[in-house]
Amino acid sequence: MSLINIENLHYRYNSKGNWVLKEVDLEVNSGEFVVIVGHNGSGKSTLAKMLNGLLIPTEGDIEINGRSTKDRDNIWNIRQQVGMVFQNPDNQLIANIVEEDVAFGPENLGLESMKIRDRVDWALKEVGMEEFKRHAPHNLSGGQKQRIAIAGVLAMKPKCLVLDEPTAMLDPLGRKSVISTIEKLNKSLGMTVVHITHFMNEAIKADRIIVMDGGRVALEGTPKDIFAKVNQIKKYNLDLPQVAQLALELQKSGLDLPDDIFEVDRLVNLLCSLK
Amino acid sequence: MFIEVRNLSHNYDKELVGNYTLKDIDFKVEKGEFIGLIGHTGSGKSTLVQTLNGLIKPTEGEIIIGGSDITKEKDLKEVRQKVGLVFQYPEHQLFEENVFLDVAFGPKNLGLEGEELEERVKEALVAVNLNYKEFKDKSPFKLSGGQQRRVAIAGVLAMKPEVLILDEPTAGLDPKAREELLQEITSLQKRSGLTIILISHRMEEVGQLADRIIVLEKGKIVLEGTPNFVFSHVDLLEGIGLGVPQITKVMHELKNKLNIDDMRTDLFTILEAKKEILRVMRG
Repeated sequence: MSLINIENLHYRYNSKGNWVLKEVDLEVNSGEFVVIVGHNGSGKSTLAKMLNGLLIPTEGDIEINGRSTKDRDNIWNIRQQVGMVFQNPDNQLIANIVEEDVAFGPENLGLESMKIRDRVDWALKEVGMEEFKRHAPHNLSGGQKQRIAIAGVLAMKPKCLVLDEPTAMLDPLGRKSVISTIEKLNKSLGMTVVHITHFMNEAIKADRIIVMDGGRVALEGTPKDIFAKVNQIKKYNLDLPQVAQLALELQKSGLDLPDDIFEVDRLVNLLCSLK
Repeated sequence: MFIEVRNLSHNYDKELVGNYTLKDIDFKVEKGEFIGLIGHTGSGKSTLVQTLNGLIKPTEGEIIIGGSDITKEKDLKEVRQKVGLVFQYPEHQLFEENVFLDVAFGPKNLGLEGEELEERVKEALVAVNLNYKEFKDKSPFKLSGGQQRRVAIAGVLAMKPEVLILDEPTAGLDPKAREELLQEITSLQKRSGLTIILISHRMEEVGQLADRIIVLEKGKIVLEGTPNFVFSHVDLLEGIGLGVPQITKVMHELKNKLNIDDMRTDLFTILEAKKEILRVMRG
């Protein structure tokens, strides 16, 4: 059964404004790793905020595990099931000590203190930050802060993690650490992940890529399907990883290469086998 | 020589002896040059650029800009006008009620007024590809992220600096906005002969734009040269957590695996790489 079910979703910020989202139909299955890409203003962040009821559809419906976000009685349940991580790591951490920050969510669930302790330790371990539990968040790097933010969400034991450009403000190492954490949570815990990003190279490992443009779903498919549509990708102002562009150029020049090359190692190995 | 940094060291906390953020930095920049400054977070890049316009007074060394040592200057107003610094996420510093007033803030403090001031603001907005009439009365807070960033850069350009330092100017922008901003920076440099120092984490970006790249690691310059030269040091760059452009990585690994001596690996554009790979594969 699908965890997230979006039907004919329309949204605008006020009754006279332009539609920010139009005719969006989307299903996300339990355990799936979905990446949503699109340029600024394509509606992807608005869509993210609809997934846990921060915004409510103007028309159409969003159901999480069969519960509509339009029904106010469902909101707390939905927010516990769908956890959000935002772009700026500095805006999301509130406590002076890492473990207190991670405990904020479970404390608000009213759990007993032993249970909170267990959840905090578990969540920090899952994101590889257990040795920092007594540290002050402001002394951590951007990537570490984002992993703490992810741990804070994990401690709520959600069914789905929604990340809105979690790597946009990070340096390359921070970006890598956050991406591999997300991938690991999906693989080892079976966590459903909806990851929103500008970076096409972060979409390579997804089960499915959704390309947003002008508030609509413009393209949808596996990385292999999407990356092969070079011209369309450029039209939507997205950038193909350089290695994919190089592979396509070589293919055009007559080398016998497949369409789905997004990674350096794969291109190198295939070229070696041709030699 | 336009900028000459000699034996520069900086220590934020003098109590901690030997705890240097920058150590023995020496480099020169010619007028009109485009320098890429790269280094891992914490390598000292931001500290270094802040010493260049006198925001930080280094504990040791000299910084000669246009003939005078700015570390000895008492009045830094002129230095700060000459060396414009655009911080990371500069749009966070927008504060005025409209775009005109925000961009005019700097030149007004230089004593400009009336038509001269208006002309300055106009020029600066045109330089970042914003239509003066369309944008001057708008609130900067109602613009898109890319537009806000342009307004913030225009505010620095309106001071007519001779050196423009940009700290990660494309961070957080989408590919289209990034591409546009980079094009504006390039054409600005070509038109006005501005000297530019660009800090970036994106190796592709630096490779494309810079005449010369300076690599900082733990407060020291560890590598300096043309993009081709710098990117040929794959192991060193990866060792300090920076890496090389994806294309360079492909060339490097391919050469290692195929064991070909005369294959070039110092390439970072798709076109060059394609030519070289085809030559090797068909050779």
